[in-house]
Amino acid sequence: MQVTSRHFKKGAHEALHDENIQSAFSRVKSGFPLARARAAGELPEFEGLRDEARDLKNHILQNLDYYLEYFEDQVLLQGGRVHWCSSYTEARDVVLAICKEANAKTVTKGKSMITEEMALNDHLEKNGIEPIETDLGEYIIQLAHEYPSHIIAPALHKTKEQVTELFHENHGKYGLTERITDPQALVNEARQVLRDKYVAADVGITGANFLIAETGSTVIVTNEGNGDLTQSLPKTHIAVSSIEKVVPTLEDASLFLRLLARSATGQEMSVYTTFSTGPRRMEDIDGPANFHVVLVDSGRSDLLGTDKQDLLRCLKCGACMNHCPVYQAVGGHTYGWVYPGPIGAALNPHMIGLEEARDLPNASTFCGRCEEVCPVRIPLPKIMRHWREQAFETQVTPKPERWGIGIWAFFAKRPTLYRLMTRISARSLKGMAGKKGVIRKLPLLTGWSSVRDFPAPEGRTFMEQWKKQSQEGK
Amino acid sequence: MPSRDKIFARIRHNLGRGPLDEAAAGALKARIEGHAPHTIPTRTDISRDKQIDLFQEKAEALAATVARVPSLAEVPEAVRDYLAAHNLPTRIKMSPDTALDGLPFDKTPMLEVSRGAASPEDEVSLTPAFTGIAETGTLCMASGPETPSTLNFLPENHVVVIRKSQITGTLEDSWAQLRAKFGAGNLPRTVNFISGPSRTGDIEQTLIMGAHGPRRLHILIVDDEK
Repeated sequence: MQVTSRHFKKGAHEALHDENIQSAFSRVKSGFPLARARAAGELPEFEGLRDEARDLKNHILQNLDYYLEYFEDQVLLQGGRVHWCSSYTEARDVVLAICKEANAKTVTKGKSMITEEMALNDHLEKNGIEPIETDLGEYIIQLAHEYPSHIIAPALHKTKEQVTELFHENHGKYGLTERITDPQALVNEARQVLRDKYVAADVGITGANFLIAETGSTVIVTNEGNGDLTQSLPKTHIAVSSIEKVVPTLEDASLFLRLLARSATGQEMSVYTTFSTGPRRMEDIDGPANFHVVLVDSGRSDLLGTDKQDLLRCLKCGACMNHCPVYQAVGGHTYGWVYPGPIGAALNPHMIGLEEARDLPNASTFCGRCEEVCPVRIPLPKIMRHWREQAFETQVTPKPERWGIGIWAFFAKRPTLYRLMTRISARSLKGMAGKKGVIRKLPLLTGWSSVRDFPAPEGRTFMEQWKKQSQEGK
Repeated sequence: MPSRDKIFARIRHNLGRGPLDEAAAGALKARIEGHAPHTIPTRTDISRDKQIDLFQEKAEALAATVARVPSLAEVPEAVRDYLAAHNLPTRIKMSPDTALDGLPFDKTPMLEVSRGAASPEDEVSLTPAFTGIAETGTLCMASGPETPSTLNFLPENHVVVIRKSQITGTLEDSWAQLRAKFGAGNLPRTVNFISGPSRTGDIEQTLIMGAHGPRRLHILIVDDEK
């Protein structure tokens, strides 16, 4: 996919003036967070489970090599195959080779973020294989030639009317020519079209929410059932997963399952949680005859041992974006790569380069809600701060900003001088404000004051008041 | 260097160590084989009867429907009544599971029952469950020659027969039963946990039932604990 993160500011500006984006993303505010709060409230153990989940992920990351090898052994033992891929290029080629081996013309796909990262669909299309996304949201954006704006609700930015038009343009070839507008009817039509695709597909590709070392299973979590039809009807099932998804045991997966759906949508369990182990057994009368697991690193292992390792704990639930005031205002596509919201702001600079994604860690007020709701307690604001520091140190930050920060740092390192300067500023700002108590236009910061008034300081600084109060207290 | 080696070399280098020594690896192996549970919610620490009630209450909250049936012999009539009440087709595809062998469908001649894996034209499926989980109203289905998993997804209407004794408290109870049946470290090809009928929120976050999997999920709880 085309990476557009460097145009964050322009994109944000446009998104703020786009009525569709504003109405779609303002719905996020009232929906997911309330549902999550209710689900968390109904489970007294919830906060404790989050601590356990954080610690378990840390344990796994410290022993990642061991658990991956154990997982591989079990997949092989169950008759599956494992493919290790260091890069996206390699992973795309491996998947393509398996599809060719299966003489595939069409492949159905369950929802998978790693295949978005890999831009797998483009690669398959270029090589004459038709990929069909089966998650309804993914299907909609595939028809629109777009990419997800939310990790669990990929077509969040699309209005009902836009879906109507997309289906009308694309479903005529199946004899479905009526223009339908009712959401239930739209779902029914997609169901009808995709049903034949599941049956006709030669290969089914899914992602994996977890890999179980103990049993060599891959796990998917869905609400629609599309992932299950994708992986049970074609002859070949390919599960594509990044390497950090491995968990040791079924009991360990249970811990994460109790947090995942509650954090994502406020459900106690998603409708379908499916564990797939090896190909169909000798006596089985359905299921895929071939089972492949494609394990992708592509930058994950480079996070180990760094100040950003905590990112590898991510369960991809989307809670951070659901609760982010910046995401709610600018929408998903503005972030310019696969992961939007706080997780994107913290992860994308690593995946696509800090120079490209420089604005993302700045797209935060550091209100801290993302960290408050993250089921595995990833310190997202802290990681964004690390990126800001790194951008400054490596001179990725533009010069005027660097100078501004440099001047501030000069004073901040000299407390007496700093206090003197703040005393002068506080008094002059108070003077500027006059009796109104607000400043209409701030010199050098007109961008900020163009849309709001600046409340004037009281006249004395915090330090002055503190000193006075301490003296009076004695 | 093959990618596998590259990935392992990078992981170990960045963790600042080589492969784990024998003692450390042994401890991790023991951890897997011991598969100790984490904190388990206490909501199912209640009497058997209350667990069954909780299972039903949770399943209904997920938009499944539930009926209690006094014995297996009465399952065909319960199925017939359900299909009639919702004006659904009377042709049924049933799992070839021995647990359902004795069902007296001669009592319901209007039901046309065949057995096997699902085909696209099947509109109603009738399957057993492996276990039920009271904690969340979830069904656990284990695939096998007698229990093809396509029956759980392809038909629009899914009717599940579960005996009271199969309903337990938590997810962990199902792991214990799967290990007992299939052996430690083994699972059948597909284990499905099903919590209500299929749904989507992908069009303007409006909840719509029946996205790809079954539109309706009906659970018959058969009383075998009298």
